Amino acid sequence: MTHWCRSLRAFAIILLASLSVSASAQDETIVVASTTSTQDSGLFGYLLPIVKEKTGVEVKVLAQGTGQALDTARRGDADVVLVHARSAEEKFLAEGFGVKRYPVMYNDFILVGPKDDPAGIKGRDVAAALQAIRTKAAPFISRGDRSGTHIAELALWKDAGVDIAKDRGPWYKEIGQGMGAALNTASASNAYVLSDRGTWLAFKNRGDLTILVEGDKRLFNQYGVMLVSPAKHPTVKKEAGQRFIDWLISSEGQKAIADYKIEGQQLFYPNANDPNA
Amino acid sequence: MNDFVQALGTAATLIGHLDAELREVVVLSLGVSLSAAAIAFAIGVPFGTALVIYRIPGKGALIVTANALLGLPPVVVGLAVYLLLSRSGPLGALGILFTPTAMIVAQTILGIPIVIALVHRMMVDLWATYGDVLLVDGASRLRAAGSVLNIGRERLITAFLAAFGRAIAEVGAIIIVGGNIRGYTRTMTTAIALETSKGELSLALALGIILIILSMTVSALSYSFGRFLTGR
Repeated sequence: MTHWCRSLRAFAIILLASLSVSASAQDETIVVASTTSTQDSGLFGYLLPIVKEKTGVEVKVLAQGTGQALDTARRGDADVVLVHARSAEEKFLAEGFGVKRYPVMYNDFILVGPKDDPAGIKGRDVAAALQAIRTKAAPFISRGDRSGTHIAELALWKDAGVDIAKDRGPWYKEIGQGMGAALNTASASNAYVLSDRGTWLAFKNRGDLTILVEGDKRLFNQYGVMLVSPAKHPTVKKEAGQRFIDWLISSEGQKAIADYKIEGQQLFYPNANDPNA
Repeated sequence: MNDFVQALGTAATLIGHLDAELREVVVLSLGVSLSAAAIAFAIGVPFGTALVIYRIPGKGALIVTANALLGLPPVVVGLAVYLLLSRSGPLGALGILFTPTAMIVAQTILGIPIVIALVHRMMVDLWATYGDVLLVDGASRLRAAGSVLNIGRERLITAFLAAFGRAIAEVGAIIIVGGNIRGYTRTMTTAIALETSKGELSLALALGIILIILSMTVSALSYSFGRFLTGR
């Protein structure tokens, strides 16, 4: 081995050491497994500096989609989950992985599609709109990734009387990716897609897409937050995690969520006080 | 075409302003990928050399494996490292999942087969030419290998750069084991993936242009270093 091989190795060791030092320097740090919508909409980018200032907790966010976020927490790799699929959250609690679920905020889903609207769904209720897409076999992009939005989409098809597992054809494309990727795909192929409003408002590559169906009460989208059970995973940072949750549902945290706007439009509506949410 | 022009403009603006977040992302990308390439190099060079200078049982199988692993999909490495480092996994107690250290581990695994395969190839050629001569002159096997590696040092740089190139360009492994956490494990490639998903296509492309500039800088520096070493 010549001397410069050795110096390269020394360089590597120094780099590695400096990286691990910077990792252990922050102690009040928690990992929150959340959904792509909270990141792609810019909510966390806006909220986390405020959280740090008010509670001293530094939050590291994993943007994964509800199904994957809950799995990450089940493995003990996150301290808190903030997701949006009530049925999946309740299953998580029932399995003993979560301590308690707190409602945090809501927004709504919207059906987005090309401006010329080949299936003629504009302004209809969501069930009629999905039936029309099915009848016309108009292109539709599905998340297909067990995310909160995907779970909601499947429930909406069922509610519309369409058995999507049986009735799907080439018009129905499951892309298995996040909300942003689904919107990009829909934009590039002039397809219909179900989106949460937050991601849509922050999304820049809309092309010919526009909102066609909104305001139906079946399109309600509730977010909940849970501390991962320290009984299941002793490494969970329960004190800092609970402090983060307590702040989110405090009047101060709720106001901060309501204050997040893009081009004057509010993206999320706080409702921690609603016991049924 | 408009997108590309816009991306070039955005890239120029980003470089001009050099804002703190971009600087952090660039430093992390370079730090993680250079570390991974250096560690892969430190492991791969002795391994690839030993395959040539010693009689090792199952040598053929090892060489075939190293070459096959050149096509190792980063996402598979990411998943395997994730399962190992997860709190529920065998190495969970280390608590390094979703840290830059985990990203270095994944990229090192991706780099090792490249270094082994390239160093092995080089040593096969050079050992045939110089190895036996040096041994006849009375040098020990290790000393002879050292001399031969020194003769092939420019090709060793190529091996290092290949490992670095694989590391700096991949997104599949580090997005799983690093988690793309803002200000902590967000690199150039995971930032590009994120901006694409936000529909900020020209910003994503601009970051891609900056990544290419970085790669070219590292490559140019290594090239000059090689020329310096050989005195040309």
